[in-house]
Amino acid sequence: MGCRISAVLDENGKIVSLEGYTCNVGKKYAQEEFTVPKRMVTALVRVHGQNRPLSVKTAKPIEKSRIFDCLKQLESCTVILPVHAGDVVVPHVCGTDVDIVATREMY
Amino acid sequence: MRSVDLIIIGGGPAGLAAAISAYESGCRDLLILEREETLGGILKQCIHNGFGLHTFHEELTGPEYAQRYIDKVLQYQIPYQCDTMVIEVTPDRRVTAVSRANGLQQFQAKAVILAMGCRERPRGALAIPGWRCSGIYTAGTAQRFVNLEGILPGKRVVILGSGDIGLIMARRMTFVGAKVLACVELMPYSSGLKRNIVQCLDDYNIPLLFNHTVVDIKGRERLEGVTVAEVDPKTHRPIAGTERDYDCDTLLLSVGLIPENELSRMAGVRLSPATKGAVVDENLETSVPGVFSCGNVLHVHDLVDYVSEEAGQAGKNAAAFLRGEQKETGRTIPVVDGFGVSGAVPQKIHVGGADEAVNVMFRPRGVYRNAKIVVSAGDRELYSRKARILTPGEMVNLKLRPEQLRRIGDAAELAVKVEAS
Repeated sequence: MGCRISAVLDENGKIVSLEGYTCNVGKKYAQEEFTVPKRMVTALVRVHGQNRPLSVKTAKPIEKSRIFDCLKQLESCTVILPVHAGDVVVPHVCGTDVDIVATREMY
Repeated sequence: MRSVDLIIIGGGPAGLAAAISAYESGCRDLLILEREETLGGILKQCIHNGFGLHTFHEELTGPEYAQRYIDKVLQYQIPYQCDTMVIEVTPDRRVTAVSRANGLQQFQAKAVILAMGCRERPRGALAIPGWRCSGIYTAGTAQRFVNLEGILPGKRVVILGSGDIGLIMARRMTFVGAKVLACVELMPYSSGLKRNIVQCLDDYNIPLLFNHTVVDIKGRERLEGVTVAEVDPKTHRPIAGTERDYDCDTLLLSVGLIPENELSRMAGVRLSPATKGAVVDENLETSVPGVFSCGNVLHVHDLVDYVSEEAGQAGKNAAAFLRGEQKETGRTIPVVDGFGVSGAVPQKIHVGGADEAVNVMFRPRGVYRNAKIVVSAGDRELYSRKARILTPGEMVNLKLRPEQLRRIGDAAELAVKVEAS
């Protein structure tokens, strides 16, 4: 599964050439990976009055370097039930344009 | 005893997809039996994303992926019963279940779909010397504690085995504040997906030690440390003098999955030593007529998308069986594992009336670069495909089209093999 992609970068970190990708998704992923790598972050947040956590995710990938800032912010966050999948739990996490949304129903 | 057309054992990804597909194929009298409190199976605790890329062309988390199928089950009003444990299936498809709500129940089914999934290999299967202290978990158990129960199993972690759940848990433990010291793999390659190695270990600078294993476990009550040593790649024996101590309170095991086939065995289903799942034909029907098998109970898959796809086939075929439409035409020939191939599924196919493509899946036995995958019948090559790299961690899925199947002719068997360069 997947393909092995190789790239040639110039001294400024810009991509000169990209080889080995088999689809546009792969090409885009490789371009990002070599310049500003991004990741979807999935995490858990506390639920008020419950021992069980709520699973959440970033609505879209955030920069890899911000992952731990994001997790830190979520650590101090408590949600109140009920929550539906897709509900925004934290808007604009760590000042980015990315929301944290719930990935399951809890009531 | 209640009579039901189709009973589906297991309400995880396979059971759900099988039920939906059986319903869509016209089956109206069906019932899903699930052991846990809610539907969704293992997906409930797989809160990471990456599911559904093939099926829905978007990346979902486990709970989201499961919900799509659960919504369908609710929409179709397919009956299901949770908190219900099936304790027996007989060869004549009598299903016995127990639950708190209904006590002992017996069902007579016209068809049964086995979708019980798999379970993790435990410490006992490995024979690691050392103390029997607390702090040793299979990766999936730790995943359940963290993601569903909100409990942190430990703070300094070593992971033995580099299966996908172990890799995913390396990242999760890091996210919830634990320190993952190393991921230790006996083989010279990982059985996990490449993307998980990159996104779960490399991203967080967690070392992956190939050709290493845990040779000692210390700690009387709670785990205090493990000793890791390099092994000889050929004999897998530890090399003296290479031991290194890790100061840790938790050891996670991610050393393989075993299909959970106790019920299949009771039903008299023939099992394959290679996959540890049922022997099935291209309809996913087992050696017991009317009993079908799909998902991880049939063979362990890499991606849930493939489980859903396979289970969908099983559901459709079970519905056809119930209508009495199954085309038992012609003879069956075995599908045999050739060089580099392990556990090809299905293990047999009907020759003749094949008007539908047949999916064949297998695991490569080793790592092969610039190899060719070949399916042949006698001296006729029916199918071939080039592959840049094959590894045991990534299952190969190939589709034999009807015109390729017609060329089987009078061959005695179908051989699947890898031609390494």
